[in-house]
Amino acid sequence: MKKIIITAWLIILNNILNAQETIYPVQQQNQLTFIINGTIHIGNGTIIENGIIKINKGKIEEVGKNIAIPADDVQTYDAKGKHIYPGLILPMSTLGLQEIGGIRSMQDFNELGEWNSNIRSISAYNADSKIINTLRSNGILLAHTAPQGSLIGGLSTIVQLDAWNEEDAGYKKDIGMNFYMPSLISRPIGRGYGMGNQSNEAGKEALEKIEQVKAFFREAKAYTINNNGKKNIKLEATKTLFNKQAKLYIHCDQVKQMLIAIDFVKEFNFNVVIVGGSESWQIADLLKQNNIAVILGQLHELPEVEDDNIDQPYKLPSILQKAGVLFCINDDDSQNRGRNLSYNAGTAVAYGLGKEEALSTITLNTAKILGIEDRTGSIETGKDANIIIADNDVLDMRNSIISKAWIQGRDINLKDKHKQLYERYKYKYGIK
Amino acid sequence: MRKFRLLVLCILLSGIIKAQETFPINGIADNRNTSYAFTNCTIVKDAQTIIQNGTLIIREGNIVNIGKGISIPTESVIINCKGKFIYPSFIDAYSDYGMPQKQVSGGMNNMADYFRTQQISTNQKGAFGWNQAIKSDVDAVNIFTVDDSKAKQLREIGFGAVITHQKDGIIRGTGTAVTLNNKKENLVIIKEKVCVNNSFNKGSSSQNYPSSLMGSTALLRQNYNDAIWYKNNNKPTDREGVNLNLKQINENWNLPQVFDPIERGIDLWNVVRADRIGDEFGIQYIIKATGKEYQRIKEVAATKAPLILTLNYPQAQDVEDPNDARLVSLADLKNWELAPTNAGVIEKAGITFCISSAELKDYRSFLLNIKKAIENGLSEKAALEGLTKNPAQLMGIYDKVGSLENGKMANFIITNGPIFSEKTNILQNWIQGEKYGVKDELWNNINGTYNLTINNGNENTNYILQVKNNNTAYLINKDTFNTKFSYDGKYVKIICNSSLKKTELKGKQNTITTFTLSGFTNEKSWNGNGKDSLGNMITWTASLEKEAANDQDSIKAKRNIKLSNTIYPFTAFGVTEDKIPKSENILIKNATVWTSEKEGILKETDVLIKNGKIVKIAKNINDINAKTIDATGKHLTAGIIDEHSHIACASINEGGQSVTSEVRIQDNLNPDDINIYRQLSGGVTTSHILHGSANTIGGQTQLIKLRWGVNDEELKFKGSDLFIKFALGENVKRTSQASGNTRFPDTRMGVEQVLIDAFTRAKEYEASIKEAEEKKKEGIKINIRKDLELDALVEIMNRKRFITCHSYVASEILSTMRVAENFGFKINTFTHILEGYKVADRMKEHGASASTFSDWWAYKNEVQDAIPYNAAIMHKVGINVAINSDDAEMARRLNQEAAKTIRYGDISEEDALKMITINPAKMLHVEDKVGSIKEGKDADVVIWNDNPLSIYAMSLYTIVDGTIYFDRNKDVQLRKDVKEERNRIINKMIGEKKTGGITIPVSPSFRYINNCSDHDEKLRMLDIEIEGIN
Repeated sequence: MKKIIITAWLIILNNILNAQETIYPVQQQNQLTFIINGTIHIGNGTIIENGIIKINKGKIEEVGKNIAIPADDVQTYDAKGKHIYPGLILPMSTLGLQEIGGIRSMQDFNELGEWNSNIRSISAYNADSKIINTLRSNGILLAHTAPQGSLIGGLSTIVQLDAWNEEDAGYKKDIGMNFYMPSLISRPIGRGYGMGNQSNEAGKEALEKIEQVKAFFREAKAYTINNNGKKNIKLEATKTLFNKQAKLYIHCDQVKQMLIAIDFVKEFNFNVVIVGGSESWQIADLLKQNNIAVILGQLHELPEVEDDNIDQPYKLPSILQKAGVLFCINDDDSQNRGRNLSYNAGTAVAYGLGKEEALSTITLNTAKILGIEDRTGSIETGKDANIIIADNDVLDMRNSIISKAWIQGRDINLKDKHKQLYERYKYKYGIK
Repeated sequence: MRKFRLLVLCILLSGIIKAQETFPINGIADNRNTSYAFTNCTIVKDAQTIIQNGTLIIREGNIVNIGKGISIPTESVIINCKGKFIYPSFIDAYSDYGMPQKQVSGGMNNMADYFRTQQISTNQKGAFGWNQAIKSDVDAVNIFTVDDSKAKQLREIGFGAVITHQKDGIIRGTGTAVTLNNKKENLVIIKEKVCVNNSFNKGSSSQNYPSSLMGSTALLRQNYNDAIWYKNNNKPTDREGVNLNLKQINENWNLPQVFDPIERGIDLWNVVRADRIGDEFGIQYIIKATGKEYQRIKEVAATKAPLILTLNYPQAQDVEDPNDARLVSLADLKNWELAPTNAGVIEKAGITFCISSAELKDYRSFLLNIKKAIENGLSEKAALEGLTKNPAQLMGIYDKVGSLENGKMANFIITNGPIFSEKTNILQNWIQGEKYGVKDELWNNINGTYNLTINNGNENTNYILQVKNNNTAYLINKDTFNTKFSYDGKYVKIICNSSLKKTELKGKQNTITTFTLSGFTNEKSWNGNGKDSLGNMITWTASLEKEAANDQDSIKAKRNIKLSNTIYPFTAFGVTEDKIPKSENILIKNATVWTSEKEGILKETDVLIKNGKIVKIAKNINDINAKTIDATGKHLTAGIIDEHSHIACASINEGGQSVTSEVRIQDNLNPDDINIYRQLSGGVTTSHILHGSANTIGGQTQLIKLRWGVNDEELKFKGSDLFIKFALGENVKRTSQASGNTRFPDTRMGVEQVLIDAFTRAKEYEASIKEAEEKKKEGIKINIRKDLELDALVEIMNRKRFITCHSYVASEILSTMRVAENFGFKINTFTHILEGYKVADRMKEHGASASTFSDWWAYKNEVQDAIPYNAAIMHKVGINVAINSDDAEMARRLNQEAAKTIRYGDISEEDALKMITINPAKMLHVEDKVGSIKEGKDADVVIWNDNPLSIYAMSLYTIVDGTIYFDRNKDVQLRKDVKEERNRIINKMIGEKKTGGITIPVSPSFRYINNCSDHDEKLRMLDIEIEGIN
């Protein structure tokens, strides 16, 4: 009896200690760390069976088969029978800006107005969001978090998911300007009933709006050359687009929208990334020719139109892959909040993409598109030690439990609110 | 003052035409007993009887004699109609002619409702019923006024009478039959009350209920029941008092009942849906057709309903830009091609029909559209009957109009040829014996060769004038002149220019080369004056030399339209009738069989399917009569059962009230939903179609099997138990209502009381029914109002209907179970149930099943404690757990969703699969039929290319009742078919544009999306979200 009580106490204590509020960000380790015996998926297509990864001061110092492990004070993690992957990257999200959907006060991602180039996602990023740890549990270690909007949404930032606050969360700040291109399809006014109420003007209005965006960037360009000593913070915010420190993320799906997106490359010489791109299979060659990368929305969607092949969204990645387009895959589902990222990539495999190619679409490709491939996205020497270990195939939900993860070499705590509640009620019902 | 004079004049004029007995005359009486005799004409009395060279005699607005060689009264004005045809004037059975300006239609499912304040009760003042959409108190005859400008438009296309009504509301009151004469209203009414009009559209009603198609259906059914009850109350009851709406429904019960089923675009199934309402109450509606009946003619014919057709065909769209063409669905493309065949198909199916001008955008196209229907298979006789006899007979006014008979109204049209011939025009339309000119100018056929003589004062010059028609003629001397000619029936103008070029004119100064003539014609001799190019005045005469040969055309040869082009269902991935999959005997060899039974997973096993059932599971089965599928290396499972789905439905949410147990999903199934096919490709074979979650007691649900291509009735899962949807929490208390909530309840405390109140009322209702049954034995009759809402609740208490309850948080789950326990029933299933893990022990004790999402959370406040381990915990506590979709996309991957329970909670693969097969079968009480691979069960099976719980698994075959409804190889061919068929029709449309046809800008094929208003659904390019959210 006493034993039971003690066990119970321990469990309760354990729970108290592990409420999310006590899942601490981890301190930088100075000890050398070795991950051994696992199957290493580099992220660029290469697999090393039975490999070793050497981590030193947050960086991957060596990857390979024959790496000497010193006998002195080092940490060794045996990944025998397990699979090692680069940390997954969520390429576009409102992470840290939206906690619970549907509650007005919890929505911090959509500012008033259409011309919000100066709005910055990082300034509202909540590093204590309960969503974050559920993503880490599924292997996501970095996320791109962006303001939304009805035209120019503002500047987005990449965050690493083991932080105290917005300041140490920032992995690379203000890397992109987000442009939400209006729909070019004239549809019945409003969301609802409206047969016969079609406005043929909607498409035209959208085109005019887009012209205004171009005009805005023309003025911004002139401003960057000479502002006559007058500061305009909206124009100021676009400077990094012109010197290519930032990319223009154009959120759109329709073919005509994407054709317009190409204009932005041609006229302004911007680095353009299309976000969404569900119709991109129709113009894959044009995207390739113009070096436009695509962040695909989640594959777990219905086809755009009734007549489409029933698996059109599922096979979209393999079409882009064949055409040589640089793309990555997102999970922008508002019901699971991004945690099914790797399963979206898995679906692409069932419909024609290679497994390692699919892995790239959630790691290295993503890093390339976001402009952080020099620091992460693959398990290669010199990059940050952003690494996850899965019991088995990370693309398949059947056996993809993440048992270990390092962010910049820090061995992070993989508890989350869900696991804690699971423990709490396993305890209630005496489930082992 | 001037206005007043005009008014007086009008009154005087109408007085002159015919004075009314009771109306004083300001002036001199002028009653004429005018009679007309129309001679030498082809009289089409009705579609069956034609009199050649006949005479028609009318007097005082009526036909008095008709026939061949009949004597003409001496007082008759004789009109020689040589070469003319006389037909009865047309009758429009579906019109709102002369009705007050239509109020702005609210319609159903209007998102605008979402943003305005809810209106729970009627705002109509007076002793009327509870719902504003029931306008049975309206009689069109009371609000009818003559509208001559509208009448003129109708007269010009041949109509002489209409049945008009106010197009507003679900029961719209009575229609009245009137002529299109422009006399005082008193004199144009043929019959005061001829029919009752009904629809699914609540029209101008601002009341929230009904907000869905099934709500409209329920409202109509309840009102019929109420009317019967009201009638059987010998006197007004204390509690109901006088109810003028119910009184009127009874008074007009035996009138012809017309139903306009069109709602939110056009949905063909509404024809069938409307008919079913009528069947329940012994009413055969006359149904306004949707224009798409050809797509499901068997089902339409089976309704036995006469139809009112409008011939408004879809127009060709400008699809040259492939980005535009992409927005038009195959269904819409095909409909453009096949819509003109609709009338012909309807005729061949033996359906009685009328042709109406309702919703006609361009009146001039009316006859053209009928001609187009005739080109596409409609017989001329049927067309004529549809315009005359059928509407008259159906509306009970055939004794007055609809054919040319002695004693009937003198309503007829005079044409210059057979009415449906291409070049024929309506010349005059006579209504109640009064003439309305339509194309009088064509009365005289002047076509022919004339000798024309011009006199310039000095000499006569002779010309030949060849008149081709009223606007074309050629003047010939030595040369053929460039001639501009016009003739308006009386007055003729000829402008003549030499066709010779100026250079050629040199040296021909004496020849008059240009002149202008005008003058009057009188049958065969014409004369007038003019001037020549030099300005000299001239005169001219012309006389007929030779009439043009009568080149009366016949209607174009009928095109050979292949009606086999119809596909089932009428959408992409539908197939022609000969390719509809059929039940087969199938032997599946050497599969890994996941039985979902105690036998577990059987390796290298054969399964034999016969007559739609699984007949044998064993190794090495042989059957030469069965189609063999080699499943070596493949996996076989039972078909997936989705406990929570909203596909294949025209409406999902009736949110108008907190208790709507009277509404039924079965009333609005849509078997043409592409999501049926898409979900078959994901291995789903059975879906539980639920009402949404807008209210505490939602609607009755419907279990279906995904039989792609069948009709709505065949979609149903036969012989399953009845279920109903309940809902708790945020949706029910309208948390997201933009304008704030005024509908009770607004808290979870209130939700509990709504339940208690509803079942308390149901108990009393049941007791009163029982009491009435007892009294009946004693010979005492008690009149009980049949309450559709409470009937469903009584069924629940008697365990004849079972609850699936949308729920999230622990408190509401517990409180609802307590309410149920207090009333002696159980909650069969908690659906969503994302906090089920917190109260799993109590749920188990109660005996409830749980149907949940695998990993959803954080999309609203009440799911912030949702965890992906939920299913595993509930399963481990011993609850029967299912994983459901509630989402048309996710339903295609339910196997993957189930697989997540392995990852979150360490469930075995076998148990995970059960959560989408046998477990939902159990909670839906169909485990004896489906949900596992067991001999004797329905052959609903899926063959997978991989472990069915793997993300890499795809269904190769999805079989329902032994019928292969999805075959991944065949799907490759279907994709090609869709592409080719689209391409063919798009090219045809582009061709139409190139050859000068009229095209309209592309009209995207929007899809109206229903969901249960619970969570975000990402809209696709052409989706428009509709919710009966109010």
